[in-house]
Amino acid sequence: MEFHELTAHEISGLLRRGEVSSVEVTEALLHRIEETEPHLKAYLTVTPEIALEQARAADQRLRQGNPLGPLDGVPLAIKDILCTKGVRTTCASKILENFVPPYDATVISLCRKAGTVWLGKTNLDEFAMGSSTENSAFGPTRNPWDLERVPGGSSGGSAAAVAASAAVLSLGTDTGGSIRQPASLCGIVGLKPTYGRVSRFGLIAYASSLDQVGPITRDVTDCALLMTAISGHDPRDSTSAPVAVPDFRAALAPDVAGLRIGIPREFFEHEGAKVDAEVAQAIRSAARKMEEMGARCEEASLPHMTYIIPVYYVLAPAEASSNLARYDGVAYGFRAPGPHADIVEMFSRTRDQGFGPEVKRRIMLGTYALSAGYYDAYYQKAQQVRTLIKQDFDRAFERFDLLFTPTSPTVAFKIGAKTEDPLAMYLSDVGTIPVNLAGLPAISLPAGFQDGLPIGLQIIGRPFDEATILRAAFAFEQATDFHRRRSLPAGPGCKALVARG
Amino acid sequence: MPLTREEVEHVALLGRLELTPEELERFTVQLNAILEYFEQLRSINTEGVPPTSHVIPLQNVFREDVVEESLPVEDALQNAPSRLAETFRVPRIVE
Repeated sequence: MEFHELTAHEISGLLRRGEVSSVEVTEALLHRIEETEPHLKAYLTVTPEIALEQARAADQRLRQGNPLGPLDGVPLAIKDILCTKGVRTTCASKILENFVPPYDATVISLCRKAGTVWLGKTNLDEFAMGSSTENSAFGPTRNPWDLERVPGGSSGGSAAAVAASAAVLSLGTDTGGSIRQPASLCGIVGLKPTYGRVSRFGLIAYASSLDQVGPITRDVTDCALLMTAISGHDPRDSTSAPVAVPDFRAALAPDVAGLRIGIPREFFEHEGAKVDAEVAQAIRSAARKMEEMGARCEEASLPHMTYIIPVYYVLAPAEASSNLARYDGVAYGFRAPGPHADIVEMFSRTRDQGFGPEVKRRIMLGTYALSAGYYDAYYQKAQQVRTLIKQDFDRAFERFDLLFTPTSPTVAFKIGAKTEDPLAMYLSDVGTIPVNLAGLPAISLPAGFQDGLPIGLQIIGRPFDEATILRAAFAFEQATDFHRRRSLPAGPGCKALVARG
Repeated sequence: MPLTREEVEHVALLGRLELTPEELERFTVQLNAILEYFEQLRSINTEGVPPTSHVIPLQNVFREDVVEESLPVEDALQNAPSRLAETFRVPRIVE
């Protein structure tokens, strides 16, 4: 097997035994990126000099027997919405095309401390607004399982890179499903942590009450390793929770005897976003698999799920319209060429020319929902229904330890299929949004295939109980082989597949 | 209640977006379709339900008021689209 196809925990073992160096692994990954990028376009910036410098430093620590931890020397790709000091951070927007952050996000500092090697910054929907990575100002990323299809979004670059073995690990962000849905569509693992588990400092804000950073990986063990590295309270983020962080890898025992699993029926029959029969079937098979291993599965109900799309698309754009007010062409970022009659004209032209259509649509929607006369009908109402949605989950978790649902109602769709119909695109997040509204942790992991395209199982848990989610996910993964299938084979295989597509 | 083109223009002004006539046209149609779908929110009884702005019960997060190193002026200015000495340069605001 080639180095780039290995998982982080496999690479970590080889590095510690001195069977391979971090520089060798990093070079293999950089070579793989060169091979796949012309077809995938998963990266906005590749940073080979930084990667090799970090790899050499890791090799020195490893040789001296002082590795920084299990991820020392392991290559990582970073969603281009996390601030990296000295490395361009664009949010896939023209308005930040040449922005070079003067500081690191907290998760980035933590990844430095863990010794990871940075391959580059990955593509996304502009400001993380989208479900397909087609809203990137720099062009779409393609799904490595079928280059005619979307990788999901908004962390589509991160997911495509990991799925195509063009990154070992990746950091994504998730506001309404942006880690889990692309993980599902690309056949890999993605975890959205509990709101407050991971610092948001230096994560460029979209909707602050919903945004979280999390791991995108090829298996559950890697997910646990990266989660352990990035979790924890941060004084620089006042919404980060002062809650102790367990060693998530230690939670990975394939023992699910006695676990109570709920299957909420509303996640299978949402009006307007039909769940494909094969997808529903795969999730029910997964539940049966868990029963064979000793878990108890029962149907559950969360009655207010019907309303999640309007609630989310009022609240998230409202928060976005406020957060994105900072892009005004004054202190950083793009400024429309002048002369300008006055400063309002400068602001308005800068923003019209700097933002793409979906970002403008959400700023408009949010500004309207917050404007005088409509605040009560939309914003206040949506916040109240958010309470009801959260209460539905609270009640469900009195009876169950975990909930099993489809991550996405369908497998990856064709590029261009939903770009003209914003509402149809919004509905593809119907299974993931409720989790953000309630602030819960949830994972997506491979659970089957439909016509050669991956299906994702979503496992939702109680607040700050990522450990139980990871344990169940690990047990399922060990009992199945969906995660072993690979897209875009290396070398001639890659070329053959591309030629066919 | 459909959103008129004039209202969309007003919202664009509030959001500081100088939209083109084509954008105004397109957003008027799209925003109306989205808002029509959102009408279902009205049918839910939310009397007496407190609003949720944040899911974790954290309030009044304090820290010690200690002096720390701040961002150097040059670093803060490095991304400025236009600058004059140690300031950001913008069109005249005060006549």
